[in-house]
Amino acid sequence: MKIAIASGKGGTGKTTVAVNLAAHLSRRGIPLNFIDCDVEEPNARFFLGIDIGDTRVEQVPVPVIDEDSCLGESCRKCVELCRFKALICMAGTVMAFTELCHGCGLCELACPADAIKEGTRDIGESGIGRKDGITFFQGLLRIGEAMSPPLIKAVKARAENSGLTLLDCPPGASCPVVCSLQDVDYALLVAEPTPFGLHDLNIAVQLLRELHLPFGVVLNRAGMGDERVERYLEKEAIPLLAAIPHERAAAEAYSTGALLIDGVPGFADRFSDLVAAIEHQTGRTLG
Amino acid sequence: MKQLVVISGKGGTGKTSVTAALAGLGPAKVLADCDVDAADLHLVLQPEIKERWPFVSGEQPSIDPNLCTECGLCRTHCRFGAVSEDFRILPEHCEGCGVCDYVCPVGAVSMRPRVCGEQYRSETRHGPMAHAALGVGEENSGKLVTSVRREAKSLAEDRGFELVLVDGSPGVGCPVIASLTDADLAILVAEPTVSAVHDLKRVHDLTKHFRMPAALVVNKSGLNHDMESELLRYCELEGIPVLGSLPYDPIFTKAQIAGQSILEFDPNGLGENVRTIWSRLETLLA
Ligand code: SF4
Ligand code: SF4
Repeated sequence: MKIAIASGKGGTGKTTVAVNLAAHLSRRGIPLNFIDCDVEEPNARFFLGIDIGDTRVEQVPVPVIDEDSCLGESCRKCVELCRFKALICMAGTVMAFTELCHGCGLCELACPADAIKEGTRDIGESGIGRKDGITFFQGLLRIGEAMSPPLIKAVKARAENSGLTLLDCPPGASCPVVCSLQDVDYALLVAEPTPFGLHDLNIAVQLLRELHLPFGVVLNRAGMGDERVERYLEKEAIPLLAAIPHERAAAEAYSTGALLIDGVPGFADRFSDLVAAIEHQTGRTLG
Repeated sequence: MKQLVVISGKGGTGKTSVTAALAGLGPAKVLADCDVDAADLHLVLQPEIKERWPFVSGEQPSIDPNLCTECGLCRTHCRFGAVSEDFRILPEHCEGCGVCDYVCPVGAVSMRPRVCGEQYRSETRHGPMAHAALGVGEENSGKLVTSVRREAKSLAEDRGFELVLVDGSPGVGCPVIASLTDADLAILVAEPTVSAVHDLKRVHDLTKHFRMPAALVVNKSGLNHDMESELLRYCELEGIPVLGSLPYDPIFTKAQIAGQSILEFDPNGLGENVRTIWSRLETLLA
């Protein structure tokens, strides 16, 4: 089973929930895959104390133009068809601006002179780490690279598809999250009990409904704000899976990179509750 | 005209609270919310929307089932898995490249402009505001950010304002890059935690990549002394001016619930810190 941990915005405790859940399960002897889909800011490994190895440069396809066969100004077919303006024709020569390219391959398909071949462009790297029954996957987007979805896909592709997989999603509700949520069975939305928290939760809920993905909510920093998130969940008939209390000790443990289940008394029980709630909602055991 | 952009690498560091607080200080300015994925600035500034219009970006295909012969060519050629088994376009996967349209032998695919969200021009108690809502699950957040920035700039020109203050996007990818383009200064908000220090370095690398000057605000100060000194050491080493700090304090949440900025909610407490930050900022910009 694949369980994604997501949130409408960053900083709600998505990674905290994901890593503590992973550590809690692995200590119960349940082996799992953990995929850190936040390739812009991959942080989960710090909390799990995992070293990344087996790194691989990940690439996307881009066009390479063979100037000798290219018909240039008299054709311009690829330039006109590319919707991402990744190709231009200057002084009779077609040039590719590969950082704008989405790798769709239309130019290559359309070229009447067979002058476009497929090359590659590096977008970042993926890596794997292992510890205590957790097989960990992450990606690191190259600085200056705008498109994260292809790297997320590459990282996900390295993970095996059997057993239990937890995916720590990037924040937001746009393409990187959609791409992370693909093929997922169940999602945990992490939300804070504040006005910002409610607003962003609502966006995440809309996204999951649109994707027809079953989900429940984990309330993080419970007690820090007001009741509006709980009222919303009730009104929308969304299951509240667990509440993790707001305590300065938790914020301090987080700041040092420690796990809450180690750093704060009573927090391990919260994650037992969460596991039970997920099992109840999905009708499947995580072990 | 100067453009200030508040960014943070990681979300939830208080970027929006800082932006909202700074909005209440200094000269007349235009505000822009470029965290289009999780736009929250309006929750504090309660803008009165004066104009709204659809944000159209790129194209989206649709397949006419009456013409489609189910030959499968579009599905084979689409590299993004955006054509379903029953030959419908899955908008959440579609990049709008038009390969499907190009390969379809019977002309069953048509490409139409894609509405990806909505844009607004508003008035707030701290000045005019440009903002937007990205459609759920939509891509092109970078383009929407660019469009909001353009709108903010033209608002400032119309009114003869000298400053645009932007609540930027999290991460280091396409929306942040769009948030930073042709700004004058990036205000980095970071908390003293292991992951935030790491994220700060990534986002600072990004500002360096674009040769953009940056300055730092420490939020949740006092939470972890070791991490805080590491933050400050990093800034010293990299020559990043530190504008000031805001303590770890439940007042942030209380202000949020009251729909006020920390400057308004706690003028003599956190408000003082914000004023210090502003005055250092002014010297930097001068
Ligand atoms: S692969 Fe697609 S995006 Fe890239 S240059 Fe060709 S047509 Fe443009
Ligand atoms: S426009 Fe491109 S991405 Fe969208 S369905 Fe057609 S081929 Fe696929």
